[in-house]
Amino acid sequence: MSRARTATRPDEPLLSVRDLSVRFGLRGQESFAAVDEVSFDINPGQHLAIVGESGSGKSVTALAVMGLLPSRGVQVSGEVLYRGTDLLTCDRRAMSRLRGSEIAMVFQDPMTSLNPVVTIGRQVAEVVQRHLKVSRSEAFERGVDLLTRVGIPDAGRRMKEYPHQLSGGMRQRVLIAIGLACEPKLLIADEPTTALDVTIQAQVLEVLKELVADTDAALLMITHDLGVVAGLCDDVRVMYSGRIVESADRDRLFAEPRHPYTGGLLRSIPRLDSPRGQRLTPIPGSPTQTIPWEQGCAFAPRCAHRADQCTDSAPPLEQSEGRALRCFHPLTGAASQQEAP
Amino acid sequence: MLRFALRRLALLVPVLLGLSVLLFVWVRALPGEPARSLLGQRATPEGIARVNEVYGFNDPLLQQYGSYVWALLRGDFGSSIKTGQPVLESFIEKFPGTVELGVAALLFAVVLGIPLGYYAARHQGRLLDTTIVSGSLIGVVTPVFFLAILLKLVFANWLDLLPTSQRQDPRIDATHITNFYVLDGLLTREWDAALDALTHLVLPAVALGTIPLAIIVRITRAAVADVLNEDYVRTAESKGLSRMLVSRRHILRNAMLPVMTTIGLQAGLLFSGAVLTESVFAWNGIGRFLFDSIGQRDYPVLQGYILLIAIIYALINLTVDMAYGVVDPRVRVS
Ligand SMILES: Nc1ncnc2c1ncn2[C@@H]1O[C@H](COP(=O)(O)OP(=O)(O)OP(=O)(O)O)[C@@H](O)[C@H]1O
Ligand code: SF4
Ligand SMILES: [Mg+2]
Repeated sequence: MSRARTATRPDEPLLSVRDLSVRFGLRGQESFAAVDEVSFDINPGQHLAIVGESGSGKSVTALAVMGLLPSRGVQVSGEVLYRGTDLLTCDRRAMSRLRGSEIAMVFQDPMTSLNPVVTIGRQVAEVVQRHLKVSRSEAFERGVDLLTRVGIPDAGRRMKEYPHQLSGGMRQRVLIAIGLACEPKLLIADEPTTALDVTIQAQVLEVLKELVADTDAALLMITHDLGVVAGLCDDVRVMYSGRIVESADRDRLFAEPRHPYTGGLLRSIPRLDSPRGQRLTPIPGSPTQTIPWEQGCAFAPRCAHRADQCTDSAPPLEQSEGRALRCFHPLTGAASQQEAP
Repeated sequence: MLRFALRRLALLVPVLLGLSVLLFVWVRALPGEPARSLLGQRATPEGIARVNEVYGFNDPLLQQYGSYVWALLRGDFGSSIKTGQPVLESFIEKFPGTVELGVAALLFAVVLGIPLGYYAARHQGRLLDTTIVSGSLIGVVTPVFFLAILLKLVFANWLDLLPTSQRQDPRIDATHITNFYVLDGLLTREWDAALDALTHLVLPAVALGTIPLAIIVRITRAAVADVLNEDYVRTAESKGLSRMLVSRRHILRNAMLPVMTTIGLQAGLLFSGAVLTESVFAWNGIGRFLFDSIGQRDYPVLQGYILLIAIIYALINLTVDMAYGVVDPRVRVS
């Protein structure tokens, strides 16, 4: 139903991020790019994943889209077009009208993302009251309804409780309810399950999936776990050290990863059907072992395919057959089959 | 909550007992003796002996202390050596003056301090923040006594804007019901009396309130700066709430927790500042009377007033701790 509700034509992207760069560093100090010339589009109802290890710039990308980066010591450049409006330059007022109603976000850490001294009910109802222009009691009723939909039992009573009275999984459900409260056209979910126990993770993901499907929202899923992507997203962008290194639709990416980093991520997903005794192979080294993109490929220090060329200049992002790749020596068909689990 | 309050009150008993011992020893360790300051220049040895006899200052210390505590337990704080007025009676008479001054000083500090601290935190590193922070530093280190005299000099002597002594102009002949003069003026609809009392309050309140103001600014700034980095503030902003609502409900409500504790502590500390402020502005309150009593070695007044102040101080802190539980649900449960 919401396709019709959206004024955007289905073929026009809902969100179009163009050459987004975010540099941190106070004036005078040397700044570093946490996000470097990142571009991607999200169409109405599309589910896009941004995947990468810790520190690759996923959260910073999301915060830049939401306009929630700190105002000091940050330089943002590029464009974030939401239905044609550049969110980076539009005024505060317009931005706060969009936030929570058209674009909403679910945050990484449920333990710290809710206000400890305000009731759950108030925290859910306030966003409804702000954007849907309903009375306090209507907003509260809608809050009860939302909590019920995200699978919180006895929602009426929970509304009157405070965050510390709820488990992590329950709090994350509350955050999801807040995110979807005004049926946004785009939901950004920043690793919504990483802070939770494995069993709870699956339940919360299921809730998220259902609600996103119900409301027809587009989803920008941020995760370091390709396993999460498999069940939820149509399209994937792989990020490394602030840049997109590979972009493809889910099926092709899983079947035929081209970037050595993507191959490594795939090999580190636990799988039920893997032969007994076969160990998971994590990517060697850590994301902190990197070189600046200006000097070559940031992944080079950890890459098994590295050649001299890789540390001489930075590989450009090259497009072909509807996918994109930033690598001088990509995994070839056979190799990538072998790389894939 | 009630059990918490009762336990705290019970704990107060041994503290007060210990304090009474300290006070008892301290006043007697002051150089000079009450009889001599009472009789003044023309004191004769016979006169001094007679006074000491009457007040029991010749008895062994332990016996003196014993009868003091015995009287205390019956609610008898003794009488002033100088005026003969019962200590408790004079305290009750003068206490409203000090409360009026203290409340005005604290209002000044809170009403100005919280917005300034909040503003500074929201504009960290900018010029206004730097100004507020360095201003508050000066405020913290300026002695009350010095500030009081300075204010008196500038606003009263030079600019002749505001009155500098007493709580009200005696010529007004106001009716006093509660001994809170501003309140009395309002209750009796003697508007000129209320206004006059208010103008008398300004300088002493500013003098007394400056240190608490500076401290509240600093604590608020630090607390707000901490809260601004919290994830839940970002969540609130991601909802598109108005800046006003984010500040009030999500930033200030959390930042107020440490500020409340500070306000409570400052409220208690006001008593010590009041001693000096009241002396400089000839303010008829317990502070000035206490100050005069030190000069006169008026043992019963010194002991009684300080004990009463200690009790009030403890009650203020208890109230603040209980208020904390009301604001912070996490404290309420545990
Ligand atoms: N406010 C900030 N000031 C300075 N540096 C920052 C700030 N926020 C993030 N960074 C840096 O930007 C880089 C990218 O951080 P980001 O939070 O986007 O990583 P991430 O991909 O979300 O990782 P994670 O999986 O740990 O959440 C990191 O090196 C981080 O230290
Ligand atoms: S460019 Fe070179 S170092 Fe970088 S991923 Fe490709 S092969 Fe590895
Ligand atoms: Mg992150």
